[in-house]
Amino acid sequence: MAKRIEISGLHAYYGGVHAIEDISMTVEPRSVTAFIGPSGCGKSTFLRTLNRMHEVIPGARVEGKVMLDDEDLYDSSVDPVAVRRVVGMVFQRPNPFPTMSIYDNVAAGLKLNGVRRKSRLDETVEESLRGANLWNEVKDRLGKPGAGLSGGQQQRLCIARAIAVQPQVLLMDEPCSALDPISTLAIEDLIEKLKTQYTIVIVTHNMQQAARVSDRTAFFNIAGTGKPGKLIEIDETSKIFANPEQKATEDYITGRFG
Amino acid sequence: MTSETGARTAAAARRHAGGVRMGTGRAGDRIFVSAARGSGIAVLLIMAAIAAFLVWKAIPALQDNKANFLTAEEWNPNATPPRFGIAQLAFGTVVSSLLAMLIATPVGVGIALFISFYSPRRLASGLGYVVDLLAAVPSIVYGLWGLAFLSQHMEGISRFLNSVLGWIPLFGGDSPGKNSIFTASVVLAIMILPIISSISREVFLQVPRANVEAALAIGATRWEMIRMAVLPYGRSGMIGGAMLGLGRAMGETIAVAMVLTFVPGINVHLLENGGATFASNIANSFAEASVTGRGALIASGLVLFVITLLVNMAARAVVARRKEFV
Repeated sequence: MAKRIEISGLHAYYGGVHAIEDISMTVEPRSVTAFIGPSGCGKSTFLRTLNRMHEVIPGARVEGKVMLDDEDLYDSSVDPVAVRRVVGMVFQRPNPFPTMSIYDNVAAGLKLNGVRRKSRLDETVEESLRGANLWNEVKDRLGKPGAGLSGGQQQRLCIARAIAVQPQVLLMDEPCSALDPISTLAIEDLIEKLKTQYTIVIVTHNMQQAARVSDRTAFFNIAGTGKPGKLIEIDETSKIFANPEQKATEDYITGRFG
Repeated sequence: MTSETGARTAAAARRHAGGVRMGTGRAGDRIFVSAARGSGIAVLLIMAAIAAFLVWKAIPALQDNKANFLTAEEWNPNATPPRFGIAQLAFGTVVSSLLAMLIATPVGVGIALFISFYSPRRLASGLGYVVDLLAAVPSIVYGLWGLAFLSQHMEGISRFLNSVLGWIPLFGGDSPGKNSIFTASVVLAIMILPIISSISREVFLQVPRANVEAALAIGATRWEMIRMAVLPYGRSGMIGGAMLGLGRAMGETIAVAMVLTFVPGINVHLLENGGATFASNIANSFAEASVTGRGALIASGLVLFVITLLVNMAARAVVARRKEFV
């Protein structure tokens, strides 16, 4: 199910602004890769280029290659809608559909894929909610609005919604930054469990979190305001945090800047 | 000690003087508050005065009336004894406005969706501007256009609808014409298009980015995204816009008066010539009306006033309810 992502020579722009410059890296399947770096260094932008969500912002564009196994996501024959069905995404703020029930939120993606059979929907909804460690909390109120859950539950609902379509890759953009420590822990446990099945990329501001959940860590930095963000280094998480190659990484990790 | 106290008193006096100067500032404030409050109250007073005037003028005519004011179809307030009822006017007003709303709502919402989500950005602002300009066209111009241009072309369309859908009573009848309630509805639909599309556009602009991205991120196409995130969020706004359009269509006078030819009696065959609305009837017969006739027209105006008030209040209530989702 999980696929490897190979990015080469990737640039992203917002109109005339060069947001990230020349990024090349490999994201391994069935593992967690964390992106860390100071605010504005382009790590979220980079994440959004991996499922072609960057280009939904007016004026935004991307150059370079993103290979999902042997398919280039930016090939002109590729439909961005199809890309997003295999590369799922979880956002910084939980964003369940406010007018839909818990059940419908999880089933939304399946319905887009043309699944109509009630038994099949029921099965996948339960499976996804179990997968997101949410089933026991919501199984008695599946018909209630998703917006009525707590923040942490809503975020797990969004994860259930993302995994319901069985994506190859799961992108998480600071998924815990709006959550309390207990909910954060629940999400981190979930990430640990999900990585056995999915390729997971997580952007985080919290370095302890990166150290806790990720197998590999990429450090991004920015030379100054208005300059594009760059990948400084990517390596095993233990190596990045103990013995990074680059001085800038060490300074950031040890809290000397950023 | 005493000098110190004196100095303190002087300082207090100065502060007090400062306080008095502040007081003039507060006086200015008070003037503005009362001016604003006065304007607010004036609106209510004007509304009440209009209602009172209508009632006062209508009562003598209603007392002379020998027919049932609410159910009679005839309109002969100048005869002796005067006989008049609003049944035909109410029918014409409600049916033509509802039909206009039914035609204009899908088109208006479609325009709003196109401008908000499909058209290139540069085209979007221009198109929005043009649609809003439709609202600025004087209604007499719509009337002239409806009479001189649209009604000529409506005859063929009416004949076609009559031949295909004639088995439905509303499209039935033997002689589809060009000065029908249907033609009036089309003119009204164009007139209320801007209000429906601009209110829809406004609620579409407020759809949270997070909802739109949530839909796109699970692989929704643009239309699927609109169905999942935009339409549910904007539903009450669209309904409210449609009802405001309905209210406007009900009160519209001159364009309808020009398009319709008056034929007495309720005719459910909307494609046939004839029909009248409250407003068109007032515009057409006020000049030649006797004292009782004017009273009768004013009474019908009062009914229209109440209906449009109710429709607009309902529309506002629906628009306001949207806050639930935020």
